[in-house]
Amino acid sequence: MNEGTKEELISQGAEGRVYRTQFQSKDAIVKERFSKKYRHPELDAKITRSRLNSEGRNIEKCRQLGLDSPAVFLVDKHNSRLYMEYIEGCTVKEHLRLVDTNSAEALDLALRIGKAIATLHDGNIIHGDLTTSNIMLRERDVQKIVMIDFGLSYISTSLEDRAVDLYVMERAFLSTHPNSEELFSSLLTGYVQQSKNGKGVSDRLNQVRARGRKKSMLG
Amino acid sequence: MPDQLDCICYTKGPGMGAPLLSVAIVARVLCQLWKLPLVGVNHCVGHIEMGRVVCNSKDPIILYVSGGNTQVIAYSMSRYRIFGETIDIAVGNMLDRFARVVGLSNDPSPGYNIEQLAKKGNKFVHLPYIVKGMDVSFSGLLSFIEKQKDVLKDTHTAADLCFSLQETVFSMLVEITERAMAHCNINEVLIVGGVGCNERLQEMMKIMVEERGGKLHHMDERYCIDNGCMIAYAGLLQFMNGFTTPVSESTVTQRFRTDEVLVNWRE
Repeated sequence: MNEGTKEELISQGAEGRVYRTQFQSKDAIVKERFSKKYRHPELDAKITRSRLNSEGRNIEKCRQLGLDSPAVFLVDKHNSRLYMEYIEGCTVKEHLRLVDTNSAEALDLALRIGKAIATLHDGNIIHGDLTTSNIMLRERDVQKIVMIDFGLSYISTSLEDRAVDLYVMERAFLSTHPNSEELFSSLLTGYVQQSKNGKGVSDRLNQVRARGRKKSMLG
Repeated sequence: MPDQLDCICYTKGPGMGAPLLSVAIVARVLCQLWKLPLVGVNHCVGHIEMGRVVCNSKDPIILYVSGGNTQVIAYSMSRYRIFGETIDIAVGNMLDRFARVVGLSNDPSPGYNIEQLAKKGNKFVHLPYIVKGMDVSFSGLLSFIEKQKDVLKDTHTAADLCFSLQETVFSMLVEITERAMAHCNINEVLIVGGVGCNERLQEMMKIMVEERGGKLHHMDERYCIDNGCMIAYAGLLQFMNGFTTPVSESTVTQRFRTDEVLVNWRE
C-alpha cells in the first residue's frame, strides 16, 4: 500500500513502534504492533489482535463524543498496523515540564483534561493507560487537548473501571510530575463537574485508593 | 569489633510487625551499648541500592517483585518513585496461593516448585491478563484458578497450569516494565526481590530489554532475596549523607512506602 514511502521511527512504546510516514499524501504516523518474542505465541496473538481492534474502534468512538483524537486512516489487521493522522504538537508531559505547575494556566489545563476524561467515561470508554504522555496538545496550544494511545482501552459501564482508570492516572501523574498534587486535584474537580456520575466515581476512587498496598494508615 | 563500626542500621519497614520490632529492639540496645548512631532503613530502598551496587547500574527501571511487593520504580527528583504497582495482591503472594491450590509443596519455596514444574508443562491455557497502564492486578487471576481448577484439571496437568501461569503473569510484569521504560526514557532494567530469582522471568525480561537495545542487569540470587547486607549498605548511604535516627524516633512501621525516603545520595 505504502511501498516506497519513507518511514522514520519516532518512538518505541511498550505497545509497538511508531513511525512517521505519508498516507495518501497526508502526514501520518503508523503504529506497528510487532510480535513480542518474550510472550507465549498464543497469548501474544490474542493480545496483539485485541489491542489493535480496540485502539481503532475506540479512537473513532472518542471522536464521535466530540473529543479530539487522531483520525484513523487504516487498520491493517494483516500486518497489525494502524495508520493515523500525524499530530503536530507536544505531549502534556513535555508541556508541564516547561511551565510552572502551580500557575493558573496549568491548573486550568488540568481542569479541562479532567472534563475530557469525564466525557470519555460518559461515553463508556475506559482509556486504560491515562498518563500525561498519552494526552497531547495540538500545535502546543493548551486549549487543544488530544487523547491518544487507546491500545488498552475498552468499553465498560462500571463505576469500578472508571475509578481505576483515574487511579492509574493519579499514580502516573504524581510520579511523573512530583509535587503537583494541586494539579491533579484540579483535574478531579473538572472530572466531577463534567461527569454524569461524578460523585459516584469519586467515592469509588477513594475506595480504590484505600486498597493500594502499604498506604500510610494516617489520615 | 564495635570500634570498627560507624553506625547501626536496622529495617524500619515495610514488613511484618513482630520481626521488625524484635530487630529494632536489638538495634536500639546495640547502639546505646556501643554509643553508635542508629539509622532506620526502608527495606525496598535496601533492595534497590544493593541491586545498583552489585550490578553497577546507574539509573535503571527497577522491577521489585516479592511475596509482599510488586512495584515498577524509577528515580526522579530525590525519590524512588513508584510508576506502576499491583492494585491488589503482590505477585509472590499470588504464586504462593496458586501453589496451594494445585497442591505444591512449600519446600524449599512454592515459587521455586512452580518454576520447576512449569518446565514440564506445554499446553497453554488463557488466564485473565490484567494490565492497567503501568499497574497490574492479580486477584482476579487467582479467583479464576480457584474457581476453575476442577474444570481445568480435566484438560490440563498441574504442570500445564504452572506453565500457563508463569507465561501470563511474567508477561504482565515485563509489559509494565517496558511501558515504564518508554514513559521514563530509561534503557536499563534491574530486577530485585525474591520472585526475581525466577529464571523464566529473567529470560523474558532479557528478550524485551534486548529488543529495545537496552541492558538487563543480572542479579546474584543471594542478593535478590532478602539479606542483611542490603540494609547495611542503604543505611550507610543515608548515614554518609547526614541521616541518623534518634533512639526516641526509632519506631518500625509495617507500611512504609518506597517513595517516602529522601534519596539525597544520588544526582
